[in-house]
Parts: sequence; structure tokens; C-alpha cells
Amino acid sequence: MDFAPSEAVEHFRSEVRALLAEHFTDAVRDEVNRTGTIHSWSLHRAMGERGWIREALPEAQGGGGRDPKELAGLFAELELAGAPYDGLSNVVMVSSVLAHVGNDMVKRNVLPRLLSGEALVCLGYSEPDSGSDVAAARTRAVRDGDGWRIDGQKMFTSVAEESEWIFLLTRTSADGPKHAGLTFFLVPMSTPGISLQEVRTLPGKRVNITFLDDVHIGDEWRVGDVDGGWQVMLVALSFERGLAGGVRDAERTLRVVEEWAHRADVDGRRPIDDPVARERLVRLAIETEVADLLTGRAAWVAASGALPGTEGAAARLFASESFTRAASWAIDLAGPEGLVRRQGAPGNLTGFFEQCYRLAPGTTLAGGTSEIQRNLIAQRSLGLPRGR
Amino acid sequence: MDLHLTDEQRDLIDLFATVADRAGLPAAVREHETLGFAPELWEQLVAVGAPGMGVPADAGGGGATLLDLSLAAETLGARLAPVPLVEHVVAARLLARHADVDPAVQRAAIEGSAIATVALRPAGEDHGVRLVPGGAIASWVIGLDDDQLVAVHDGPPDVAVPNLGSAPLADRALGGVGARTVLARGDAARAAHDAAVDEWRTLTAASLVGLGLGALEIGRAYVIQREQFGVPIGSFQGIQHTLADVSVGLDGAQLLARKAAWALDTEHDDGATLAAGALVFAAEQAQRATERVLHFHGGYGFMQEYDIQLFYRRAKAWPLTLGAPSHEYARLAARRYGPLPEPMAR
Repeated sequence: MDFAPSEAVEHFRSEVRALLAEHFTDAVRDEVNRTGTIHSWSLHRAMGERGWIREALPEAQGGGGRDPKELAGLFAELELAGAPYDGLSNVVMVSSVLAHVGNDMVKRNVLPRLLSGEALVCLGYSEPDSGSDVAAARTRAVRDGDGWRIDGQKMFTSVAEESEWIFLLTRTSADGPKHAGLTFFLVPMSTPGISLQEVRTLPGKRVNITFLDDVHIGDEWRVGDVDGGWQVMLVALSFERGLAGGVRDAERTLRVVEEWAHRADVDGRRPIDDPVARERLVRLAIETEVADLLTGRAAWVAASGALPGTEGAAARLFASESFTRAASWAIDLAGPEGLVRRQGAPGNLTGFFEQCYRLAPGTTLAGGTSEIQRNLIAQRSLGLPRGR
Repeated sequence: MDLHLTDEQRDLIDLFATVADRAGLPAAVREHETLGFAPELWEQLVAVGAPGMGVPADAGGGGATLLDLSLAAETLGARLAPVPLVEHVVAARLLARHADVDPAVQRAAIEGSAIATVALRPAGEDHGVRLVPGGAIASWVIGLDDDQLVAVHDGPPDVAVPNLGSAPLADRALGGVGARTVLARGDAARAAHDAAVDEWRTLTAASLVGLGLGALEIGRAYVIQREQFGVPIGSFQGIQHTLADVSVGLDGAQLLARKAAWALDTEHDDGATLAAGALVFAAEQAQRATERVLHFHGGYGFMQEYDIQLFYRRAKAWPLTLGAPSHEYARLAARRYGPLPEPMAR
């Protein structure tokens, strides 16, 4: 048993930090905040140019086969810098699926453009009526000659506004169990009938409602078997490979708040000199260490070739719940100044506390709600029976 | 990070599990709740070399690492083993680090023919230490008396102060009684004592992880078979979600306790910090686990007859022997942020 960080991971993380210093400047951060799009092209292309996106795929799928621990390290640095990574995580996940079950056409025409960093893909899973119950999707795909006609809506589609394709979960059969009537398609966003409605989340980040009205595509855009969508979904899950974000927000908060607590004056005293604040910071430091260990465990399981299902769920659940508590406490610690929204010049802490408080509710929802993670752990890890 | 256990480590876990299971634990704990000590179990541990396992091989011990000791502590903790093995191995390691100690004493500590313990808090002005873990049955008590680290040999009282954890706690004296050896003075004394208490923190964290996992297993088994409203109560989300949180928290505590042991073994700078963090975190996770599992038993959990109350009491008692958690947090904060400034008038 060894808890020393691997040299390869530490080296890669330092490379990521260097790239962030060069490409995730204050000006870029400002632009990301202004548009709300959870993506930065300059950052993404820089990673693509270094081959990091291609390397994220397992070697068996023609990728660079970077160790899942290195991948986890990449996302860790992005998170700690507050950099947007939805585009990257979509690309990594969908590319892995396409490399595994995609046909020759997508492998030739789509995959290289995803792996080079030139193009993005968005995820079409959630709908207005189905989030956690993802298999209840109602967006309908019906045979139309040699191709398909698709009608429906997708909800919370992040980076759709920058994506060339949508990885779309549809219903192709309404008879029988809901899991058995699903089919995936990769649909070009330029296909007539697709439109977006911008949605602003609480922290100002943009997601979309994606409307599909009388969308016609050829069968070459189908991914996996007809009515075999659930199997494709499981393939997608198996390629989660450790973790892709959503686990370092509390750690980032700790670093920022610790540094701030040494400098700030709140009601005539430095917060770091308040014994109550110190105890709470120490608690957060311990929780951050635990979150790091749980994340590391998931990456270690993935690196051994196994699917880190419950380990990934445990890490996400613990880290996001920890951040939610930390965000509420941190803004309280800051007092009235904590309420002020960031205006203009980045690089100072104005707005940090307020932004954290707005971000927090999303972290226990995205990538599977806390309740879904708990169901998974209870049923798979503890063997408790499903409720009726 | 590599979380594999070696074959030797798995064998170690099996060995301690077998010894504890043969002793009829955790249920058999009840026979020993007055004194909090099971002499037959201690003899079994003596027979497998447990008391001296953590003393370096070149000092005549088993050469086990603190990580190995943590695995043993976790295994015994899951079964609430009523023996002060944690205190004894910490004391034995401490004695082995001081060349002045009589070889006969070192041998007795390694063999376990005499039980040794460490007083976790310094003695008062009267040279007395209150509520020493293992103090009711230990022949040797090592502790800080003023600016000296002393080892005192004195007949154990063989009577415990009745307490929540049914542990062999007793008040002991570090001066004016028995045979007294000074192991170190001044800064060296404090440093040696701190290091020993950090080992105690690490091993107690591991014990609490074991206790918590033991409680979780009791809870899991109960809610699967207990039915209400025509279904197992384990199918209700309220129960599933809480047990999932408990499970995740204990997994985290286990990783943290093992990392602390590894860090102390490899002399990492943050070993002491990790040990202290591991203890407070494991304590809270074990307390939540036992409190919730007792609750999920409904009224049965509130009966002495059901075993979960044995876990519930010890989850609180074991870590509280060291001191109030707020004091541990303050210590950690001082480590991380420096001392608090002098109080300012507000």
C-alpha cells in the first residue's frame, strides 16, 4: 500500500498548470464568465494540440492510453483553476464510446475531429420529463425510408451552442420495458429542425433546451444497435475511467478561503485568528483530504481495468456534499462583503464567495444526483433491495 | 496511489479475525464489561506474538509497520476486542526506542507478560493521570510528568472506573509509587510522548474504522431481514441513503487512517497532521454509523440485549479518552495556521 503520488501524474499535473497559466488567463476567464458557455476554445485547442485529448482514450480504442490517474490529474487541475471542462469531458466520453461501438463513418469523419480538439459534442440525455430516470426518454426516433425522423426535446444541454454533434438518446420502441426501447444517434447540430433555447443556471453558466422538430438523418448516424441504447449507455459509463470533474470544488474553496482568511479584515479581525473559523477550516481540510483519497481510489480501480462504479459514486457524493456545506459556511465567514457580485477586473476575490454559493446546488445534481449516487452505493455496494 | 494489500497483510487480517472470532466476539464482550479486559483473549494474542509485533526486529520484536498494526487494530476494532492492544503496542514501541530501559522490561513488553500503556495526557501537579486507557490492568504506565517522560511500574488496580465504553480506565500515578525510570527529559520527552500519542491516534482511528464497519454490517443485515409494511425496511430510501452515506464516510475514514499510518511509517512531514485528522474523522464517522444503525433497529436497538449498543457506546468512548474533539481541532489548526494571537478585547 502506497499513498505517494506517482511521478508521472505529478509531472503531468505540472504540465497542465503550465498550460493553464498560458491559456486560461484572466482575460479568458472573464470571457467565459461573460458568455456563460462552459467551454474555452483556446484552452481546448491547446490541449488538443498537445495530444492530450487523443491520449485520454484507452490504447485499445486507438488512443494514447493515458493512465486514468493522469486523466484524473488533468481534470483536477482544471477544476482547481476554475476552468470550464464540460466540453472536454463530453469529448472524452463520447470519443471512447464511438471508438468502441461506432461505425466506420463516424470513426473516419467524427472521431479525428473530436480527438484533435477542433470540434465538440454535447450530450442529449436529460429531457424536461426525465432526468434521473434517464431510461424514460421520450424523444422519438421513427424509421423514415432508409433513415430516421426524430422529434423531441432535450434539457440542460451544456455546450450545445458550440457543438457540432449531439450524442442523442432516443426512444425507438414504446412497447416493452423502457430500457429495451432506446437507441443512440450522433446527430449533426446543423441538421435542419434542431434549435436551441438558452437557459441560464444560477451561477450564470449557460445550458440549453435542445428542440428536435422533424429532424431527418441517415442510418449511418446511428450509434449501436436499434433498441440497444441501454447497452451503449453502459459502455459510456465504463469509459468514465476514474473521474471527470465535480470533485475538487471544496479543495478549491479551501485554498482560496485559507489565503483570504490570512489577509482579510472582517469586523476588525482576520478570520484566521477566529478559533471557530479555524476549526471549520481544519474540518474542510480533512474533508478535502478524504475527497482526494476517494477520488484517487476510483482512479486506481479504473487503472486496474475495472469499472469504478461505486467508487466513482462515493467520490462524487462525498465531494459535492462537502462543497455544498463549505460554500454556505464560507460566505457566512465573509460576512456582508461575501454578498458582493464580481464586477469587472478578475484576479481579486470579490464575488468568489457569492459565486460558490450559486455553484453549489448544481454540484449535487450534475453527473447523477446525490440520491442516485446513494441508491447505487446502497444497492450495489451494500446489497440492499430496490424499493418498489 | 496503490491500495493493494499484500498476501502477508491479508494473512495478518485473517489471523486477528480468527483469534477474535474464536473468543466469541463481539457478543462475548459482555462478560468482561466490568473490567473491560478479557484475559483469555490477551493470552491468545500473546501466543501469536501480537504484543511485540510492532517492536523492530532488531530489538527482538515482530518488525511490523504501523500500517500492519492498523490492519490488526481495525480487525479487532470490528469485534470490539476488550484488550488494550493499541496502548500496549504503542508503549512497547516507545520503550524499544529508549536504550536505557532494562532488557527484562523490554522483553516483558514484547512478550506481553506484563501489560504496558501510555498516559495520553500529561500528569497533573500531583503526578496523577486521570482515566488512563488500559490503566486498570497495566503494570507499566508511560507518561509525561512535568518535563520528564517516565515509565512507572506499579501493581495494576484491577478495578476500572465505571465508564460509557466499559473500558479498563483507571487513574494512575506517575510519581511517588512503584519503580520509576526516566526515559527522557525536556524537549526530547515531549517529542517522544507526542510521537507515541500520534501512533495511538493512528491505531485508534483504525480501530474506530473497524468498529464503524462492524456496526454498518450489523445494520445492513438487520434492515434486509426486518420487514414493516410488507417489505424489508432496507428497501426504504431513507434508510438506504443514510447507510450509503455511512458507508462512504467509513471508506473515507479507512483510507485516511491507512494513509496516516503509511505517512508515519515513511516519515512524511504530514504524518502527525494526518494522524490527528484521521482520529477525529474516524470518530465522527463511527459515531454516525453506530447512532444511525441503532436508530434503524427501532426499539430493539435501545435494548441492552442487542449488540449495537455495545458499538454505539464505544464509538464515543474510545476517541474521547484522548481529549475533547475541539481541543484536537485547535491543535490541528495551530499546526496548520500557527498559534492563535493573544486575545483582543472586543
